[in-house]
Amino acid sequence: MAMKVVTETAIQMGATRLLDIVSAHIDGCLFHGQAGLDFARRLLAGGARASVPATLNVGALDLLHPYLYRGPEEIAAFSRELMETYEQLGCLPTWTCAPYQLRDRPGMGDQVAWAESNATVFVNSVLGARSNRYGDFMDVSCAVTGRAPATGLHLDEGRQASIVIRIGPGLPVEEDWLYPILGCLVGEVAGSSVALLKGLRPGLEEDRLKALGAGAATTGSVALLHVVDSTPEALDHAALPISESATTVEIGSSDVERMRSTLSNAAGSTPDAVSLGAPHYSVAELETLVHLLAGRPVRLPTYVNTSRAAVQERPDLESTLVGSGVTVVTDTCTYLTPIIDRVVRVVATDSGKWAYYAPGNLGVGVIFAPVSECVEIAVGTG
Amino acid sequence: MWRLRLELAERSLDLSEPLSFWGGVDPLTGEIIDIHHPQRGENITGVILSMRSGRGSSSSPSVLAEALRLGHGPKAIVLEEADPMVWLGAFVAELLYGIKCPVTVRGPVSTDS
Repeated sequence: MAMKVVTETAIQMGATRLLDIVSAHIDGCLFHGQAGLDFARRLLAGGARASVPATLNVGALDLLHPYLYRGPEEIAAFSRELMETYEQLGCLPTWTCAPYQLRDRPGMGDQVAWAESNATVFVNSVLGARSNRYGDFMDVSCAVTGRAPATGLHLDEGRQASIVIRIGPGLPVEEDWLYPILGCLVGEVAGSSVALLKGLRPGLEEDRLKALGAGAATTGSVALLHVVDSTPEALDHAALPISESATTVEIGSSDVERMRSTLSNAAGSTPDAVSLGAPHYSVAELETLVHLLAGRPVRLPTYVNTSRAAVQERPDLESTLVGSGVTVVTDTCTYLTPIIDRVVRVVATDSGKWAYYAPGNLGVGVIFAPVSECVEIAVGTG
Repeated sequence: MWRLRLELAERSLDLSEPLSFWGGVDPLTGEIIDIHHPQRGENITGVILSMRSGRGSSSSPSVLAEALRLGHGPKAIVLEEADPMVWLGAFVAELLYGIKCPVTVRGPVSTDS
């Protein structure tokens, strides 16, 4: 069945051959209903196993802190079975949407099949590995067969930008909060195109590139975003990956203001909870959060989404956060599964992706704010 | 119920913006729930769904397959740009449950995958 999915998808993508991959990242372990579980069960019953290292994306449960789940027991049981089935298929129980923050990660030119839109854009753009935009069913099918269709971003010619985006003057480029906003703006104008971003300072931090890519893959279907002087295929100014027919657009201050208000659909309301991190916080972001809290207790319910690898690497950060009353969520994310108390109406977040999806998923209002403001809101001074 | 389904089957729904099935459609009802989508509140159950392309999340194939399993998927999907993620959800619904939802591309056909 896995090979059938890979070959039929290859035909749909216009590929005439398959290529070998060295890793996969699998999104199908998040429960969306019986169809996903039936597919995984069918694979397992047929004896399928991952043939390349295959990391797992978030599930619907925090397996380290299962008591955080507030949803129906029946859904929890299905979610757990789905997560266990993927482990039995030989996938790695990493349970993170940011597998690029793990120690073993692909390198320049590696062919991979990575699902989860933010992971796909990061692995392509920041690590210089090569993946198309894969999703449920196809991700695990590639992992089982060790093959992917040889087309699109797997090939040199597919990696040229067809849209060049200039960052206009006067934007607060040293503020972390700008990057999820810019990402959402890039996604709006780029759609599913390969984009190239000009005008940011050299050597942007991975956390900023992560926020950019996650935003671009939220409002658009961007799978490769070259950032001049920061991402590995856009370092040589004499050979920037731009196609001859590329168009150019500029993003300015008014665009940033518009997106910021779009993402704050509850602007003017008083938040009654705070949720940080989507994608999962890195160790560096957890450190920043600890620094900003400075030992103060939170007064509002406050959640931070991160990976089990991050808290296993730095248990001291988790215990400091827990000491301040912060709920550390691993293995899943607060906008995917019922963790936040149902009485909560308005949530402050530093994540563009969370701000975009939570109103539809959870029915809450959102205020997008820099992490420093989110912390002040959480402790009751903001 | 049958009468309702037959009436719905005649409907087409042209989306002015691309839709992500995950986060955009409730598979239990077929309703568009993406608050940023101009056609939020419309229902995709049994319609011929037209849109430029899919969008966003890689969880969309599961949600489309689940909506189809529950009888709340579209009757067919017409795209302007080929989108393997949209096609895949429909393909798996047929593979697992024998439910058909043809996905066709009516140009301009994109080579961008």
